[in-house]
Amino acid sequence: MRLRSFQIVLWIAATAAVIAFAAVRWGPALDDTAAAAPAFPTAFALADSEGRMRTTDEFRGKFLLVFFGFTSCPDVCPTTLSEVAQVMDDLGSDAGSVQPIFISIDPERDRRLGLADYTKAFHPAILGLAGSEEETEAAAASFKIFYEREADSSSPDGYTMAHSSGLYLIGPDGAWLRQFTYGTPAAEILSDLQSRL
Amino acid sequence: MKHFLLAAALGLSAPAAMACETVTIGDLTIEHAWSKATLGAARPGVFYVEITNTGSTDDALVGISSPAAGMPMLHETVVQDGIASMPHAMSIPVPAGQGVQLSPGGYHGMLMGLTTALKEGDSFPVTLSFEKAGEVTVNVDVLSLRAEGPDCADAGQ
Ligand SMILES: [Cu+2]
Repeated sequence: MRLRSFQIVLWIAATAAVIAFAAVRWGPALDDTAAAAPAFPTAFALADSEGRMRTTDEFRGKFLLVFFGFTSCPDVCPTTLSEVAQVMDDLGSDAGSVQPIFISIDPERDRRLGLADYTKAFHPAILGLAGSEEETEAAAASFKIFYEREADSSSPDGYTMAHSSGLYLIGPDGAWLRQFTYGTPAAEILSDLQSRL
Repeated sequence: MKHFLLAAALGLSAPAAMACETVTIGDLTIEHAWSKATLGAARPGVFYVEITNTGSTDDALVGISSPAAGMPMLHETVVQDGIASMPHAMSIPVPAGQGVQLSPGGYHGMLMGLTTALKEGDSFPVTLSFEKAGEVTVNVDVLSLRAEGPDCADAGQ
C-alpha cells in the first residue's frame, strides 16, 4: 500500500515534468520552424497613409495576414507582398473575410516615399501602416517580431533594415494563429485560409 | 515621356525583341536577366540573372554597372532564424562547371539611384564585371512588380 502511493507520487511527478517540458518546448517561438504555436493576443495602433489611426479592434471578425517590412527593400518584401496579392486574388468571394496588412518597420522613410501607392501596386486590398517609432516598437513586441536598423553604405540613405520575414496569420478574435515562413507558396497560404473560413 | 527618354537615352529598341537574350563571354553564359517595375525612381530597383560557367576555372561576379542606376551594388538576402537581412556581396562566386543564380531571396543586384522609374516592358543594359572573364553587357527585361521570374521558353524556372 505504501509502495503503491509512492508509485502514484512518482507518476504525478513524471507527468508534471512532461507538462513543464512541453510548455518550454512548445511555447511561443520566434524561429522559422515553429509554424504553429499557442495563440497569444496581438495589438497595434498605427497610422495609415492618410494619417488615420488604425487599431486591431476594427478588424475583429476578420482574419489578418500581417507582414512587417520596408518599401526600399526590393527583394524580400515584394516577394511576400506578391504572394499575399495572389492569395487575395485566389480567395475570390472569401476575400472580404481576410485583411492583409503591411506594417512598416522603416516608418519615417516609408511615409516620405508613400506607403499606399506601394501597397496598392501589389493589391488594392493591402493596407499599409506606418506609425511613430514607439508605436512601431509596440506593434513589433506584440507580434514578437524582430527588426533592426543597420548602417550600410551599400544601401539607399546609408542604412538597411533587418527584420523578421514571416507572414503572420491573426484570427478573428485578434489572437496570433501561425506564421508562414518566407517563401511559402501562395497556394499553401490559400489552402490554410480556406480550411479556416 | 520619361519612358521614351530612357529608351532614347539608352538606345533601346522594342522591348519584345530584347526578351530572354543570352550572351556569352569566354566560358560564361549569361541569360534570363530581369528586373521588376518600380514606383518612381526613389526606391531601388532589382536585378536578377542566371550565370553558367562551362569552363574548368572558377570565376566571380565582382560588380555591376548600368546607365539606368547611379549606384548599382551586389547584395545577398540572408534569412537566418527567420530574420531577413541584406548584406553587401563583395564578390559572387561562379564556380567552374556550375554557375550561380541571382534570384529572389538570394543574391541580387540592387539598383540605387535610378535615373528614372523602371516600367514593365522596358529593358535596360547592365554590364557585369567578372574577376577573370572581364566585362559583358546584357539587356535586362523589366517585368511586373509581382513577377516571379522571366517567362522565357527555355527558362529553368
Ligand atoms: Cu538589396
